[in-house]
Amino acid sequence: MKIKILYLASLREQLGKPGEDLEISPATSTVAGLRTLLMNRGGAWQAALAQGKALRVAVNQEMAQPTTSVKPGDEVAFFPPVTGG
Amino acid sequence: MPVRIQTKDFDAGAEMAALRRDNPKIGAVASFIGVCRDANDGAAVTKMTLEHYPGMTEKALEKIVAEAKGRWNVMDVLVIHRVGELKPADQIVLVVVTGSHRGEAFAACEFIMDYLKTRAPFWKKEETPQGARWVEARTSDDEAAQRWEPPKSSVA
Repeated sequence: MKIKILYLASLREQLGKPGEDLEISPATSTVAGLRTLLMNRGGAWQAALAQGKALRVAVNQEMAQPTTSVKPGDEVAFFPPVTGG
Repeated sequence: MPVRIQTKDFDAGAEMAALRRDNPKIGAVASFIGVCRDANDGAAVTKMTLEHYPGMTEKALEKIVAEAKGRWNVMDVLVIHRVGELKPADQIVLVVVTGSHRGEAFAACEFIMDYLKTRAPFWKKEETPQGARWVEARTSDDEAAQRWEPPKSSVA
């Protein structure tokens, strides 16, 4: 299934891209699964997405949890803790 | 529009006047303005760039405003948050809450700022003499937001 991924703020700089369209297996059906898939690319991906790194994820522009499901056509955004205001 | 994201500056006085115009039931106008400082975490800050997540930012702020209106008896709310390049002393954010009495207006205004700080997708990047750096989230902001959590609710 195809999903759209966004990398924002410092994460975009660490990963060197603002996002990507990705074809993933239906088995990768949660935020945690997607994070592991990306982390397994190694290098900067492993470093930026490693467990324990403060990271927030939104699915379709709503804050998500590791267990939040990812469905075809979803927009999944990875970003650091927010610092506005 | 209760929520506005913009690069240009805002006139707080004009915004407050507009928000309470033609409503003689308003007895209190509470407001907060966040301003860009010239130093942070021990370094001079010469410039700041504010990034956000278009689409989600508006939704997140509207949700925070709706929650404030549900918790307190207030009338109108306005949130303006700037993005793009800002310099020290520039205004960053404005929150205005109107209501019948000050207590609820003050509380709603503080709640909106605390939630904005921890839930609205904005990120600050500072220019310092040592180079550019992303601002780190503060645990004190999380603690400020948690004060408003009902005992059993989970934090998103």
